[in-house]
Amino acid sequence: MNELKENKRPLEEIAEDMKVLEDLTKAEYKWGFVTEIESEVAPKGLNEDIIRLISSKKGEPEWMTEWRLKAYRHWLTMEEPKWPNVSYPPIDFQDISYYSAPKKRSQKKSLDEVDPELLKTFEKLGIPLEEQKALAGVAVDAVFDSVSVATTFQKTLKEKGIIFCSISEAIREYPDLVKKYLGSVVPYTDNFYAALNSAVFSDGSFVYVPKGVRCPMELSTYFRINAKETGQFERTLIIADEGSYVSYLEGCTAPIRDNNQLHAAVVELIALDYAEIKYSTVQNWYPGDKEGKGGIYNFVTKRGACRGKHSKISWTQVETGSAITWKYPSCILQGDYSVGEFYSVAVTNNYQQADTGTKMIHLGKYTKSTVVSKGISAGKSKNSYRGLVKIGKNATGARNFTQCDSMLMGDKCSANTFPYIEVENDTAKVEHEATTSKVGEDQIFYLNQRGISTEDAINMIVNGFCKEVFKELPMEFAVEAQKLLAVSLEGSVG
Amino acid sequence: MLIIKNLHAVVEGKEILRGINLEVKPGEIHAIMGPNGSGKSTLANVLAGNKGYEVTEGEIWFEGKNLLDMEPDERAKEGVFLAFQYPVEIPGVSNATFLKTAINEKRKYLNLPELSPKEFLDMMKEKAKILGMDESLISRSVNVGFSGGEKKRNEIFQLLMLEPKLAILDETDSGLDIDALKIVANGVNVFHKDDNAVIVVTHYQRLLNYIVPDFVHVLYKGKIVKSGGKELALELEEKGYDWVTSNELETQSI
Ligand SMILES: Nc1ncnc2c1ncn2[C@@H]1O[C@H](COP(=O)(O)OP(=O)(O)OP(=O)(O)O)[C@@H](O)[C@H]1O
Ligand SMILES: [Mg+2]
Repeated sequence: MNELKENKRPLEEIAEDMKVLEDLTKAEYKWGFVTEIESEVAPKGLNEDIIRLISSKKGEPEWMTEWRLKAYRHWLTMEEPKWPNVSYPPIDFQDISYYSAPKKRSQKKSLDEVDPELLKTFEKLGIPLEEQKALAGVAVDAVFDSVSVATTFQKTLKEKGIIFCSISEAIREYPDLVKKYLGSVVPYTDNFYAALNSAVFSDGSFVYVPKGVRCPMELSTYFRINAKETGQFERTLIIADEGSYVSYLEGCTAPIRDNNQLHAAVVELIALDYAEIKYSTVQNWYPGDKEGKGGIYNFVTKRGACRGKHSKISWTQVETGSAITWKYPSCILQGDYSVGEFYSVAVTNNYQQADTGTKMIHLGKYTKSTVVSKGISAGKSKNSYRGLVKIGKNATGARNFTQCDSMLMGDKCSANTFPYIEVENDTAKVEHEATTSKVGEDQIFYLNQRGISTEDAINMIVNGFCKEVFKELPMEFAVEAQKLLAVSLEGSVG
Repeated sequence: MLIIKNLHAVVEGKEILRGINLEVKPGEIHAIMGPNGSGKSTLANVLAGNKGYEVTEGEIWFEGKNLLDMEPDERAKEGVFLAFQYPVEIPGVSNATFLKTAINEKRKYLNLPELSPKEFLDMMKEKAKILGMDESLISRSVNVGFSGGEKKRNEIFQLLMLEPKLAILDETDSGLDIDALKIVANGVNVFHKDDNAVIVVTHYQRLLNYIVPDFVHVLYKGKIVKSGGKELALELEEKGYDWVTSNELETQSI
């Protein structure tokens, strides 16, 4: 059982990687600017008319409107979950606007038609949307408040038969695929926020990779909340057909605002026989200020179904933002020999709260899952890992390995681990390891003694602690993640 | 280079250093010997600025600057290096990343340009060779899973990479086999030049056959009770500490 071997790499490669640490920035939340742009905002509150309005704004077919309304009616019968280890004042769902879109915008076709203000915004966020400026090998769908404003490299992808577009476009253009898969992994009855999302979801990304195709570039969605007092409810649906492969990345930021804003997304992944989906998130919603004012409530349902045999779904997440994070990217391992993975770094500082983890549901034979969770808490924050490993009756030979490590900085924060294990098949093997450590004074002194400042020493120790997760991220995003960690933990020791 | 005047230091309310006086000039090698618990590591830690030790009296001057005014990382960048008696493990941080950061921080402090990855790599290979270190140790996490001897060797590797002005070696010889001892001592001799200085803390005369000291001091209960040339180490080996400490004991019991 050594799933987590240190990978040996040539020295040259390591020397290159080292630039990464040198880049550690020391800025405060620097994505907090507001874009001045005229938006069309739906009146606050939620009712059937608002849902019809959203649906018609998006030019949706009748079946979609009906689906939303059914979800809404179901939502009305549900209650907000109270079990996560987080606390916040009650949310007034009638005091939120459920739709906001930049105004000056016809049906988007080419970038020339996108408001230059928006292009500038994304450029400022480090996401240039002009293809010639874009990161090589990454196609981007840029979502601003409730709508997708641009999707790059669509043509290149289409040549391989890959569909990468906003979910609104998919509903119009590929209704059969959407009908077949939307809600098939996360039904609207699943939970309170999934139901809400199903009723009001605004935009998000849609990916379909056809049989036997290996997606030649990283697909990425960048979510930006800009408008005040609006919620963002994005919906992502990724389908990897037999023998295909896709790597998908998601990033998110929001301006600094005094009030809390709600973000309730649903992500569904479907992997058929021998298909593989790698889903990476660098979540950096505005976390609130040092006194705990403002920040995003990030209540997200992410779930992947390994429907086919030998399929694989891998979640990697770096969670540094949000006032409250409530999120359990999960895998349903239906196909025999399918594989689920979850690699997570969750950082909380000041008054942030995170209750995050995963569910690995083993249904097929010889299914295998790996969970590596790294929680870092600083300030007065609360950081909980909550994980379920379930081995069904028929999951002969299923295996799970879970490792949960927590690191505490200072003595006002807390870390908790809530592992739930349910095994219904005797041949299964489930292993769980958990550790809690403090950033050691002796480690810091050792690095100090070599000329490294305390701030940099902590970054180094923390990055080392997270290495097993970072190495799962594509290189550019690993760099981004390390920088984010440095910013999030700014001033946490002193 | 280093002047220590009447240094007193306290750990957890207990006075460990009780009036140390010592001067180290460029080009010199000083050996500090003394029984267990006499305060050798404490002195080394105080010089390096470990916050666990409180200086209650005295002065430390390094290259004309007041060392006690400086943070530990600043002292390191000024050129104070401590090879630890018990090197610390840092999981997930490769030796290479760690050293590159350390070197470039120091170069930045000294207004020198950063080393390019290539320059750094070449330097690493060269120094590793001097110490007969396997290159795989360089890409591994700092000290994690290193044997006792490998950790000590890694400390001297860092010494060669960082090229400080003053190297304080706290029992670098303990845990080394005879061959490794020679290699490590050779590493120290490669480092040592006219413009830098070495303080060697050791229990064994054997190391001093390879790293030949100009002065030997005996630390006992927080004071230097005897100083001499390299022959003092031989005498100590022969006669034990009682020989130098009996006077001190007598004065104490009064
Ligand atoms: N952090 C600490 N907490 C409590 N006591 C300490 C601490 N560090 C040192 N001491 C005490 O200070 C005294 C001197 O310790 P020091 O490590 O300096 O001795 P030393 O001369 O290096 O011994 P050795 O030869 O065994 O390495 C000892 O009595 C030790 O127990
Ligand atoms: Mg000692």
